[in-house]
Amino acid sequence: MDKTILPPQWTRKVIPRFFQYFILGIATLVIFVPIVILIFGSLKTTGQMYSEPYTVPVPPQWGNIISIVTSLSFWTMMKNSMLVLIGTTTLTILLSSLVSFVLARLQFRGKNFVFNLFTIGLMFPINVAILPVYFVLRQLTSYGITLIDSLSGVILVQAAFQLSGNILILRGFFTAVPTELQDAAYIDGCTNFDFFWRIMLPLVKPALAAVASLVMIASWNDLLVPLVVLNSDKLWTLPLGTMQFQGQYGQDLALVSAFVAISAIPTVIFYFFAERQIVSGLTAGSVKG
Amino acid sequence: MQSFTGAQDEFSSKSTSGTPHRFQDRLVIALFLLPAIVVFLLFVIYPIFRSVYFSTFDWNGLGAAVKNVGMGNYKKILADQVFLKSVSNVILIIVLSLGIQLPLAMFLAVLVGRDLPGRNVFRTIFFLPYVLSEVNVAIMWTLLYNANPHRGFLNAILVALGASPVAWMADMKVVMWAVFVALTWKYFGFHMLLYLTGLQNIPTEIEEAALIDGATPFQSFFQITLPLLSSTIKTSVYLSVLGSIQQFILVWVMTKGGPVNASETMATYMYRFGFVRYQLGYGSAVAIIMFIICMVFSLLYQALTRKPDYLTGL
Repeated sequence: MDKTILPPQWTRKVIPRFFQYFILGIATLVIFVPIVILIFGSLKTTGQMYSEPYTVPVPPQWGNIISIVTSLSFWTMMKNSMLVLIGTTTLTILLSSLVSFVLARLQFRGKNFVFNLFTIGLMFPINVAILPVYFVLRQLTSYGITLIDSLSGVILVQAAFQLSGNILILRGFFTAVPTELQDAAYIDGCTNFDFFWRIMLPLVKPALAAVASLVMIASWNDLLVPLVVLNSDKLWTLPLGTMQFQGQYGQDLALVSAFVAISAIPTVIFYFFAERQIVSGLTAGSVKG
Repeated sequence: MQSFTGAQDEFSSKSTSGTPHRFQDRLVIALFLLPAIVVFLLFVIYPIFRSVYFSTFDWNGLGAAVKNVGMGNYKKILADQVFLKSVSNVILIIVLSLGIQLPLAMFLAVLVGRDLPGRNVFRTIFFLPYVLSEVNVAIMWTLLYNANPHRGFLNAILVALGASPVAWMADMKVVMWAVFVALTWKYFGFHMLLYLTGLQNIPTEIEEAALIDGATPFQSFFQITLPLLSSTIKTSVYLSVLGSIQQFILVWVMTKGGPVNASETMATYMYRFGFVRYQLGYGSAVAIIMFIICMVFSLLYQALTRKPDYLTGL
């Protein structure tokens, strides 16, 4: 009955493949254009940028890059960003793993209430909540707790808004550990704390790494919280400094390109090393198997 | 990957009910929960109530809030053309994201597929913009969008093709589209990643069986693959809409909401009144309106789609 003659096996495979690579190649090009233009710009002098903005910078002019990496303010920003990253990640992982362990493994009255309380946070992204949060930081200041214009303020706010999502993800991983293990541990006289610290945490280490890598990226890239919380330029983080830098030297396109390119390098390096963790963290949270 | 919503609750923690350490149990539970709850209540929940209170005041942040205007701020906001413009811009971003960005992500995810040689390389490339900071992405696109064809790459291409240059960021009709392109560049990779993972979980045999039974690839995609991806798509739609409602940094760094409010979003509007003009009462009311929109959307969406797995933070 069927009169259609199928083309030989190899064409059936090769023609779609060609089509696939062609489209994906175009998409790759679109991804790279802004990045390549930026890198080209970062390796030019300001004069070159005006006379020949899109050419390959041969020979590369390192002047702008050198002037940035030899400036003290750049390294101060790096240091601040790093401090915030360490603080936010530690606090977020510590607090959310404690809560998600309890929610996944222990039974108590009010458990659903606690769980629902934290899920409320998912509905209120920091971009929406920033002004309300600012009120509270101001209010705390009037009680002598200085969180405005301090890195600890940035850390606390970032961590607070990371809790909900991470508690939910980690709770899933804690729940997935077999119950027999818990029974065995308790029969052997393990306390809850021992069980958490000695058995559970090591078991969910890959999940912690995944979650931590996401928190690190979110914290490192965050502009809004530092923008609102920090005033003095000595405390600026890298994204905040980048924005201010663009405001100040916006006309010097080569210099701005250089700054953006350098400030993106840590993220890109981290991405290539931690891609697996990042991807598994994101998909663990949002893909149903 | 596994799903971590609800389903496991039943077996999550039966076993401890019989342990003899009742008091110690409670102490551990309290100590484990307390720090997170304090931080969460203080910085996430309490601010909402504080804002509801301030939103009824005409207050510039200096001194105490004394001039209570009742619902006055809300009335002014809802009558303000600029706010309405910001709402319509947010709706535009949502429509374009759902209509263009997510289908594009799906298309590319299907092209990358499950067994294409070089699959992981493409995934790495397409996901790269997502990990770059919003401020960096915004500046990169500002450079490309420069109106002068001797400065901006896109206009240089247009001129080379014989067209006239476009004032991407200064033309009120064009600016939202320009912003949307930058948004898509940054975020499509995230949605593609979700779809790729979803596709990975669909056994190829199902589609192959359909093809053998005479379905066209087109039919097999729309009638088999897409329905099987429905829960992934629900998640991606949820995150995309919630992300669009709160869009801020990219717009703020690129356009500051301009020209003449043409690219204002609700979040830039709130920031302008709260932190630039320091009308804190008015800004609070905007924040509360955005809260309500987010909450209504989340609850409606949950009710309509039952269980969205909207669990990711970033």
